[in-house]
Amino acid sequence: MNYVSALKPSERMKIPRQLSIEQDPGERSRNFLEVSMGLDKERASIEANRCLECKNPVCVEGCPVGIDIRGFIQLAMKGDFVGAVNKIREANYLPAICGRVCPQESQCEEVCTLGKKHSPVAIGKLERFVADYEMQNNLFQSPAIAEQRDQKVAIVGSGPGGLTCAAELAKLGYKVTIFEALHAVGGVLRYGIPEFRLPRTILDLETDRIKKLGVEIYTNFVVGRTATIDELFNEWGFISIYLGTGAGTPTFMGIPGESLSGVYSANEYLTRVNLMRAYDFPHYDTPIKIGRQVAVIGGGNTAMDAVRTSRRLGAEHAYLIYRRSRQEMPAREEEIHHAEEEGVEFMLLTNPVRILSDDNNWVRGIECQRMELGEPDESGRRRPIAIKGSEFVIPVQTVVEAVGQKPNPIIQSTTPGLETSKRGTVVVNEEQRTSREGIYAGGDLSRGGATVILAMRDGKQAAAAIHKYLLTKSGQASLVKDMEEVSVPS
Amino acid sequence: MYTILEKQDLAPTLGKFVIEAPFIARKRKAGNFVIIRVLETGERIPLTIVDGDPEKGTITLIVQGIGKTTKLLLTKKAGDSLVDVVGPLGNPTPIEYHGAVACVGGGVGTAELYPIARALKQAGNKLYSIVGARSKDLIILENEMSAISDNIFVTTDDGSYGRKGFVTDQLKDLLESAAGISTVYAIGPLPMMKAVSNLTRSYGTKTYVSLNAIMVDGTGMCGGCRVTVDGQMKFACVDGPEFDGHKVDFDELIMRNRTYVDLERISDAALHHESIDLHTGMMYELR
Repeated sequence: MNYVSALKPSERMKIPRQLSIEQDPGERSRNFLEVSMGLDKERASIEANRCLECKNPVCVEGCPVGIDIRGFIQLAMKGDFVGAVNKIREANYLPAICGRVCPQESQCEEVCTLGKKHSPVAIGKLERFVADYEMQNNLFQSPAIAEQRDQKVAIVGSGPGGLTCAAELAKLGYKVTIFEALHAVGGVLRYGIPEFRLPRTILDLETDRIKKLGVEIYTNFVVGRTATIDELFNEWGFISIYLGTGAGTPTFMGIPGESLSGVYSANEYLTRVNLMRAYDFPHYDTPIKIGRQVAVIGGGNTAMDAVRTSRRLGAEHAYLIYRRSRQEMPAREEEIHHAEEEGVEFMLLTNPVRILSDDNNWVRGIECQRMELGEPDESGRRRPIAIKGSEFVIPVQTVVEAVGQKPNPIIQSTTPGLETSKRGTVVVNEEQRTSREGIYAGGDLSRGGATVILAMRDGKQAAAAIHKYLLTKSGQASLVKDMEEVSVPS
Repeated sequence: MYTILEKQDLAPTLGKFVIEAPFIARKRKAGNFVIIRVLETGERIPLTIVDGDPEKGTITLIVQGIGKTTKLLLTKKAGDSLVDVVGPLGNPTPIEYHGAVACVGGGVGTAELYPIARALKQAGNKLYSIVGARSKDLIILENEMSAISDNIFVTTDDGSYGRKGFVTDQLKDLLESAAGISTVYAIGPLPMMKAVSNLTRSYGTKTYVSLNAIMVDGTGMCGGCRVTVDGQMKFACVDGPEFDGHKVDFDELIMRNRTYVDLERISDAALHHESIDLHTGMMYELR
């Protein structure tokens, strides 16, 4: 292997990690514009040159979809940003999205060799830069599509997994149709992730590119209701189906007061704001109503999105209530950091016990108890234990519960023979195959609550498995052997 | 786009729409609803499917102008279209033979009740219908209900038509009579369904109500439509919309449905280009 960078490794190690340009926290906590503006061309070029071009690029193993990270960074070093984004696109059709929402710090950047003694290469920021560069300069070119095949594949759900599966199959020449229950495409990327992390223009552009691969999309189509899985097979003529319906059903804590006005699931709260644009009421018709004090319960990325959204909706005090300590929070460090910068008040080791009502059946406060950490539980995190007599009330008029989601049961309950777990997830094997022939599933539907990138990994894995299945089914089993191994680490 | 093929004014604030929605028309059953949006900046609202024609690929909706979206919808004509119609949502009404049933409709609820009443009649039930409204001009589908009913009673609050009084007055007489009503289906405003459920509870008569809660997606995703039934949290969109009226916490739902009243007023004012103060209502002030 030839090194691309002219710098010696010792020189590269001296370059500090380049930082993104970000909106001022005081400013951005009052608007819905994107927080990070990413790297500029100069910083991106410097950052690319920090890469040590390892002989054994462990970063690639850290990537759930197996992007040739070293390869794309080397192209970026040469200034070939379009070559770089196309290199990424070989493994991941949604680079502008992943560059924004992927938890790189616990994936590729966590294992980066440079990171052992210095800060890791800002792989995510570079991914985003090359995707944005291509977009801003209008340099996108559709990839080659294999010869059209007659077989029809249905994708249920247009979230990250469904979009990825659709793109991969369309590139292989299949006739792909996506069915989406909502009126807009994107799944959790649309209703869940706020615009200040993923602008709608980016999402629209990435989904348009999938349509340009020849993928047909039906919105307003609830599979299980508008047509069942068996009808898609028998009446619509689909030969294989990928289920990527996510984990869209909110769970509630089950504490008293959850029916009061002013209590939201994070799903409802974020859907009103992100999908329905309630922040722009009354120009948009969907209302949202919050108090001057808002409490968001939970410690994951959804909780961070909800609490940061609360600040932007005008909450004077936006509290994040979490029963363990900051260390155990499942949210990305970057999101926690951004929330802190934006004035979110963290109430850690605090557990809500009931929501209190005013005379109008509205929330007037949330009663909590203090917690301390005991021995580690089955998740490996220290178990929170209530401190007796520590109850206290936080005055709030809005409570948002971000305490987890589970899969929507509509498809499982209308598809005979589809095996599900006790948690309501669809059971799959390592190829994402379900208990029903021809049906594959992945993402949160089979994992129960994970990340955008893992959904994409599953979608990609399923596309490869579906391709193999359809080749075998159409008597081209010999071609299966020639199929290049799909590079998705499990 | 979902084209409006027919539009008929039933009353000054009531309209009937036949809408092209072929997939929904094939699958819909009595008790199902759709979620619609009228325009790109619009909200998603649930409406019960009143009728459908799988051959023509159409569904029928009856709409009362209450808020901005329904009022805007009433201004639409044949040839116009809705941006979104999704469904059929919710569980269909289980249609069984009970013997003699009473179907009680209040206001626009009669439109939602009609397909259920018709299915119950087709299942061999003896059908007693009670159709009520505030006044004569708000009585709808009387002829249609009459055609499928063994007996029909009309009540108006102001006495402008039929019996003066509430549907519960008529229902009480019916339950007292020799009609042998074993099951009651009541659809209308929440206070009406609450009153019906309270009445039938004392007679031990099984009562089904259809709950119109605040919804966003209608597929179990937002949890906005949560209602307390028999002490349990249920989602009206996927667990309902029909529930045992004797087990529903109506007071809680009535309160919850008031969450956005002031914002709905702002939205409505905007429809009429009235000036509005944006900051009124966006923040809930503790009193």
